[in-house]
Amino acid sequence: MSLLEIRHVQKSFDGLEVLKDISMSVEEGQVVAIIGPSGSGKSTLLRCCTGLEKADSGEIHYEGTFGLVFQNFNLFPHYSVLKNIMDAPVRTQKRPKDEVRRQAMELLKKMGLSDKADAYPHQLSGGQQQRVSIARALALNPKILFFDEPTSALDPELTGEILKVIKELAAEHMTMVIVTHEMNFARSVADYIVFMDQGVIAEEGTPEELFHSSNPRMQEFLRKFDEL
Amino acid sequence: MSLQTMLQELSAGMVISVKIFVCTLLFSLPLGMILCFGRMSKWWPLKMLTKLYISIMRGTPLMLQLLVVYFGPYFIFGIKITPEYRMIAIYIGFSINYAAYFAEIFRAGIESIPVGQYEAAQILGYSRSQTFVHIILPQMVKRVLPPVTNETITLVKDTSLAYALSVTEMFNTAKQIAAAQTTMVPFAVAAVFYYIFNLLVAVLAEGLEKKLSYYR
Ligand SMILES: Nc1ncnc2c1ncn2[C@@H]1O[C@H](COP(=O)(O)OP(=O)(O)OP(=O)(O)O)[C@@H](O)[C@H]1O
Ligand SMILES: [Mg+2]
Repeated sequence: MSLLEIRHVQKSFDGLEVLKDISMSVEEGQVVAIIGPSGSGKSTLLRCCTGLEKADSGEIHYEGTFGLVFQNFNLFPHYSVLKNIMDAPVRTQKRPKDEVRRQAMELLKKMGLSDKADAYPHQLSGGQQQRVSIARALALNPKILFFDEPTSALDPELTGEILKVIKELAAEHMTMVIVTHEMNFARSVADYIVFMDQGVIAEEGTPEELFHSSNPRMQEFLRKFDEL
Repeated sequence: MSLQTMLQELSAGMVISVKIFVCTLLFSLPLGMILCFGRMSKWWPLKMLTKLYISIMRGTPLMLQLLVVYFGPYFIFGIKITPEYRMIAIYIGFSINYAAYFAEIFRAGIESIPVGQYEAAQILGYSRSQTFVHIILPQMVKRVLPPVTNETITLVKDTSLAYALSVTEMFNTAKQIAAAQTTMVPFAVAAVFYYIFNLLVAVLAEGLEKKLSYYR
């Protein structure tokens, strides 16, 4: 069953066409990685999918709710870790506090942050903040979780802890769409990879297919990563 | 005049000064918030109107505004000015002036909140009003506390401008006694009063800031 279906999505910013006729679908339990050079429209696609940006034309169909994990976390600084996670389910989903608290503590345990429930975001490392923001997104029980470069605001030694959490979620068959620059990670965690270039999906397929693609742009993109 | 009667008269003036201060804060803070919404409105006529209002209020002397509020009803509408109107004019004049300053402070505070806070709230399903009340407003209060404190300290000293409408607040009282008795003592008392008043304001503000320092 498709949880997300995007058809012919187009988006321009002041005359600059950033997304040109994008179509893709995400199946239940699938992990889709979106890769591509800077400025190719990956973030814009994610923002259109999550309603932060309105597509100029095209259709976006959902089954159920979604969550989004931001590159720079966007935790609420005036709320404790626990309140960051609990506030939306209680306030916007009107769920009982006790039940939400139980779920929040479970999520914190899963993120290895049980002892940080009463801390405030500024007291946490970037990696810890990102794990809290993942817990915050999961607390709403989304059907799909979107990630926009969840590790690129982090020090290199902290990226591993986030990638590990995402891998664990993948093992639990959480449906995820992940924009990432971590090629090895994309290759190992994704069932399906979408390569974007200049506003179009230039290539897509399984990691196996993509990393052995004959598409010259894809090869050039991968070569740049090998040089790093 | 004995020192005791002098102090008695001065403390009557003191009470009026404090009244002006309290009423002005009470009215101008919410009014400033409303003006701030108008100033940030996407509907341009409202935005331009509040912008013009704020620029006039900040660009002309408060003393002049007090005179306009007091004498305006008579000169413009021919309404007879009653003695009770004097204090009301003071409250109105001070409030509409300070509201303009607060509106700009609030606007700067709201605009300094990163757009990511709004986006996170939207994704998590908060309505626009929930986002403002629960996410933006608390963070804005913390950010505007120092400039609001500055304005409040200015207000303590500005209450003396009420003498323009012959209101016998602290400063006017001191002036009158000093002239009649040819002594500097009432001015010294007035100075101490304003200074201690502002000291209290500063201590209170510091306490509030400390209370909000649990997050960054
Ligand atoms: N709000 C905006 N206004 C104007 N132009 C924008 C806006 N958002 C994005 N763009 C432009 O759209 C293009 C695609 O941006 P986008 O952020 O989607 O790229 P990206 O693939 O996510 O890049 P990166 O890997 O650097 O994050 C860029 O040229 C960018 O300058
Ligand atoms: Mg991006």
